[in-house]
Amino acid sequence: MTTAPISTAPATPAARRRPVGRIVLHACLIAVLLVMLYPLAWLLATSFKPADEVVASLKLLPSHFEWSNYSTALDGVNEVSVGRLLWNSLLIACGAVLGNVISCSLAAYAFARLRFKMRGPLFAFMIATIMLPHHAILIPQYIIFNQLGMVNTYWPMILPKFLATDAFFVFLIVQFMRGLPRELEEAARIDGCGPFRSFFSVILPLTRPALITTAIFTFIWTWNDFFTQLIYLFEPEKFTLTLALRSFVDASSQSAFGPMFAMSVFALLPIVLFFLAFQRFLVEGMASSGLKG
Amino acid sequence: MTATATRPQDAAPPATGGKRAPKRERQGAAWVFLSPWVLGAAVLTLLPMAVSLYLSFTDYDMFDAPQWIGFRNYTQMFTEDPRYWRSVITTLTYVVIAVPLQLAMALAVAIALKSVKRGKGFYRSAFYAPSLLGASMSIALVWRAIFNDGGSVDNLLSGMGIDIGGWINRPGWAILSVALLTIWQFGAPMVIFLAGLQQIPVELYEAAAVDGASWWRQFRSITIPMLSPVLFFNLVLQMIQAFQVFTPAFAVSAGKGGPADSTLVYTLYLYDRGFTASHMGYASAMAWALLLAIGAVTAVLFRTSRAWVFYANDNNEGGR
Repeated sequence: MTTAPISTAPATPAARRRPVGRIVLHACLIAVLLVMLYPLAWLLATSFKPADEVVASLKLLPSHFEWSNYSTALDGVNEVSVGRLLWNSLLIACGAVLGNVISCSLAAYAFARLRFKMRGPLFAFMIATIMLPHHAILIPQYIIFNQLGMVNTYWPMILPKFLATDAFFVFLIVQFMRGLPRELEEAARIDGCGPFRSFFSVILPLTRPALITTAIFTFIWTWNDFFTQLIYLFEPEKFTLTLALRSFVDASSQSAFGPMFAMSVFALLPIVLFFLAFQRFLVEGMASSGLKG
Repeated sequence: MTATATRPQDAAPPATGGKRAPKRERQGAAWVFLSPWVLGAAVLTLLPMAVSLYLSFTDYDMFDAPQWIGFRNYTQMFTEDPRYWRSVITTLTYVVIAVPLQLAMALAVAIALKSVKRGKGFYRSAFYAPSLLGASMSIALVWRAIFNDGGSVDNLLSGMGIDIGGWINRPGWAILSVALLTIWQFGAPMVIFLAGLQQIPVELYEAAAVDGASWWRQFRSITIPMLSPVLFFNLVLQMIQAFQVFTPAFAVSAGKGGPADSTLVYTLYLYDRGFTASHMGYASAMAWALLLAIGAVTAVLFRTSRAWVFYANDNNEGGR
């Protein structure tokens, strides 16, 4: 995997020679970054603005901080409190994380380390499902869950994850496991470990970085997922934060802006915290998914 | 069907050495590990695909039994439903604008970051953050507000003497605001580009510099060919995702796809037909048309990739 000593690649000769060039480069990057951060700053600022200051200017800072936006948001939507919405979101996201980490690592181990008939075709099929548009299976899945009486419950969001339907993560973990030295299992086998022991005691602990990446991505994607929640949940009591924001979609009155964006801050906060805590895993997980073919 | 009563274990010859588990048993272990995935693939992927193909030839409203109507859904879609074509054109417009610009932005920033030494990690994370946040309803609502009449973008542009008004109220402009949200999320492909750039041996650039090759020449003759597999990977992945855009179009148009169906992207119309109007058969036909379209585009990309994707490690240290 480590092909050549290139990771400490020096800057291109031009940038190395001219400090001016380097300053210009940083200035450009920071300028792009500031433009990109504007929507996020706007969101945060607006969540503190009184209703009459929301529009009309590019200014971010409010004349005074309108904390009532947050207390309004805390009351929630449709008489369901934010605490409840938060809990619902957490329940779905944590169930999905548990399911993906377990089922995807099991499948990945078989694909990456075990020999069995049909491995080639099945692996190819698994890869192909990464590209399968969700909508091609959406309606029958809905019918199945409807038959099982699971519409308006959280099972349609959680159950598929226990069956390794997120092929992207199977692929991610396969890629990681393939990088582990074979000798580990040889040694374990000589010591009398079967495939199960060597999976749990040898391979799984070493795969931790890939599992953490899977867990965090699953959490964030499930948390953000709007479409699935939109079709499966209809009782306000069961809404997630993402879905509760939907009720603001129809309301275009400016007076609702402050509370709406205070609510949005609640909905984004876990993602931001996860990102700050685990950015290394996330960025590297994303980078490695595309490489090391 | 005939009596094959002997259990496989009984029939298997005894293990010779005792050190290695018999082959059959190890195969069995693989299937145990694979069983959740097999179940999921069968019940939640293959079966639904077959069912949705069947439903696409029926009239089905979720309550009464499906009525077989042959190709009626498809002919209606292609010949009698102007909204369908509207949604196709809207989606294609969006894909053609958003994907190339997003990838160009990702590549440009990745190349800039490659020569950065200080603060590289910070930049990488900061540019990546929108890729995670941008998929949320929260950010989609921000987009609706800042591109609305009197929103920040409107203000900024009219301050510069450009009078467009609110983008989301103007057919033709509304979908552009959705495309900008996608471009804004260039961080994910950027991170992949950056990892790819770091795998290009420096010696290639050094040799080119000795030969007096210009920056542009080096970019064209080294960076692009060496990066082409990664470029291809990003292109396929972003394209497939872009065809399925939903949340921002839903937010910008309050779920209606307006104004004048100008943000009625394919999946939004599919949702409207299937779940609002209860035409599950029609929606299934739309889903299969989408599947075939994505398959066709991917196949074409793979075909043409032979001409421009260059795999350097054909003859040396392959990663596998």
